[in-house]
Amino acid sequence: MTRSDRTLTVLTVISALGIFAAVLMALLVAPDAAGLTVDNTFAQRIIYFHVPSAWLSMLAFGVTMIASIAYLVKSQRRWDSVALSSAEIGLVFTIAAMASGSIWAKPAWNTWWTWDPRLTTYTILFLLYVAYFMLRSAMEDPARRARFAAVYGIFAFISVPITFMSIRWWRTIHPVLIDVTQGFGLSPSMMASFFFCLAAFTLFYVVLLMHRYRLELLREQVEALKEEAGY
Amino acid sequence: MRFWRAAAAIIWKDIRAELRTKDIFSSMFVFALLSVIVFNFAFELRVPSMTMVAPGIIWVAISFAGILGLNRAFVIEQDKGSLAGLLLAPVDRAAIYFGKMLGNLIFILVVEAILLPLVMIFFNLSLFTWPHLLVLFLGSFGFAAVGTIFSAIAVNTRAREVMLPILLFPVLLPVLIAGVKMTGALLDGDAFSTLGNWLQLMVLYDAVFTVVAYLTFGFVMEE
Amino acid sequence: MNAETQSSPGVNDTPMIELRRLTKAFGSKYALRGVDLRVMPGESLVIFGPNGAGKTTLIRILSSLSRPSSGTVHIGGLNLATHADGIRRYLGVVSHAPLLYDSLTAEENLRFFAGLYSVPNAEPRIAAMLEQVGLTSRRHDLVRTYSRGMVQRLAIARALLHDPAVLLLDEPDTGLDPQAAEMLHGLLVALSAGGGAEEQGSKGAKGQRSSEAGEQGSGGAEERRSKGAEEQWSSGDGTQHGTRNTQHAISTIQPRRTIVTVTHSLERGLAIADRVVILAGGRIAYEADARGMTAADFRPLYDQYVGGGR
Repeated sequence: MTRSDRTLTVLTVISALGIFAAVLMALLVAPDAAGLTVDNTFAQRIIYFHVPSAWLSMLAFGVTMIASIAYLVKSQRRWDSVALSSAEIGLVFTIAAMASGSIWAKPAWNTWWTWDPRLTTYTILFLLYVAYFMLRSAMEDPARRARFAAVYGIFAFISVPITFMSIRWWRTIHPVLIDVTQGFGLSPSMMASFFFCLAAFTLFYVVLLMHRYRLELLREQVEALKEEAGY
Repeated sequence: MRFWRAAAAIIWKDIRAELRTKDIFSSMFVFALLSVIVFNFAFELRVPSMTMVAPGIIWVAISFAGILGLNRAFVIEQDKGSLAGLLLAPVDRAAIYFGKMLGNLIFILVVEAILLPLVMIFFNLSLFTWPHLLVLFLGSFGFAAVGTIFSAIAVNTRAREVMLPILLFPVLLPVLIAGVKMTGALLDGDAFSTLGNWLQLMVLYDAVFTVVAYLTFGFVMEE
Repeated sequence: MNAETQSSPGVNDTPMIELRRLTKAFGSKYALRGVDLRVMPGESLVIFGPNGAGKTTLIRILSSLSRPSSGTVHIGGLNLATHADGIRRYLGVVSHAPLLYDSLTAEENLRFFAGLYSVPNAEPRIAAMLEQVGLTSRRHDLVRTYSRGMVQRLAIARALLHDPAVLLLDEPDTGLDPQAAEMLHGLLVALSAGGGAEEQGSKGAKGQRSSEAGEQGSGGAEERRSKGAEEQWSSGDGTQHGTRNTQHAISTIQPRRTIVTVTHSLERGLAIADRVVILAGGRIAYEADARGMTAADFRPLYDQYVGGGR
């Protein structure tokens, strides 16, 4: 095994252990949140997955933007592969965050969804990255596809904070039905579990990124071989 | 200086060509008008007062018409291969961007100039005030800034024009939100000074994305 | 200063166009595989090849519309990748796509491009070009009303408007009936040659059409070229990095234009070629000096690579 293969394997194992430990901490070790009904107490624990997922989706898209800029500047194919891999993982985390949020919302607020600023912006984020993949799939020439996707990736990420601001201000004029921030208050002992989960998820993201990137490189090699063989 | 002269030459060229055919303008205008009328029917019976939905209708109509115009502008260049003529010339790619973007902006503004009085008549509203014109201008600017580069991208994809709304609307949202908010506030009779935040947001949006487009347009133009 | 460099032999050692290991891939499909080519100043190169050989890709890269996947392109001693804007003002391109605006008149089209290329004395120049391509009577008509032959003539006027040192032609006779194609060919020959009548004469039958038109065209063109180049030289335009450097071949006055033509017509190609190249499968399959070569000599080789030539 090459050195990088070995590093990847080691990291994968550590990450798997990390996630396992995170699950344990989230479900068993972390203390109950104070002041919630019995139903909600267990559901509240989803925060240990929900918030890291959301943060990671943002991180993933940030990485996509940086890789996009790098690609435009350097014209090296691998930066596009990084951008693509990170966007894909980001999309998965986005869906995970929205799903976990929904699962929490139902017992907590008796609704699956609410159009509060954070969720609305998150939906836009989701749409932005779906558009990113639609753009990629509508282009055939790999060099041009990479370039266009890079440009769009930059626009998309920069639009997120501005969109968030606009939606935030939009909602403050109307009564806020549900205060999302309620129940986010974490006691110090909960903090420990929280940050552990955050770290575990981040490592998980990095490992996934490395695997996906490697897969992308292999896929390109296969394409090249197919072409040469006359397919 | 050559930069802006080239951009101006491109704007003039597009305007002159458009004056002859009136292709783009007429389809934009008709589409905007139809949108307004359709929305009027869509909402009329369920809404106590049309003033409530007017801002949304206006901005959606402008968006749809705008997308139509953006698409036509680049598709025409692409099909005839005339864009290559531009790209062959010793002109900064960014000058081409500004030329196309300002040309698109002018088309959108002209459509708005004619649409607005009609909306005023249909809905019996007063919208031709200086504050509101400023709001429309800023919103249209943002629309043109992002829409121009995205339509250049879209035209080169398999899905062609269909790709533009998919790419554009999520990124354009702040402009639409701010536009609808401000139009609504002005209709409600709020003082212009209360719109400070929203104006800043629009200006920020316009400035940031014009700069990003300026920096990245060259990459979109190369093959 | 200009007269010196014009006659100095040193300048002519630099190739006007130089391609080194030029490769272009679209994904895993290769259009060009490591092409090496040199075109000397004033030389006329003709490229033949079957469909899909990469000829159009080559012209697109030379004209700066397309970026190579690897390898380098030097025009007039300047690297195209870094000096694209500077080089573009010395390039003229005639392609099978017209590159013109339908909804504008011929004159408006030329005026627009004259502006973009900063052509000095635009109005007289435009009038002269229209005259030379025989479109003066139709100059106020929209290009949309033109026949294909007329469109291509206007395209030539557009390409030569700024008196480019390098002219690239990609099958300009596509879509033209044989008569129109002949006319176009004659026009190109008359307008592309530079220098005096004696240079035209030395090409023998190749200079055909009316040598008067050729003389008038080339003499006038050269005069304009020297004026134009001087004006460009002295106009304080700092954006063209290469123009101020006397060592760069592209900005010195060339006695003749460097021309690269892609064509399917064996006869017409040979008539104007100093050198021929056959491009097949993305590589140069054959390269030779064409002066004195007749169509009969060349046909077997041509058919072998291109097959069923006209």
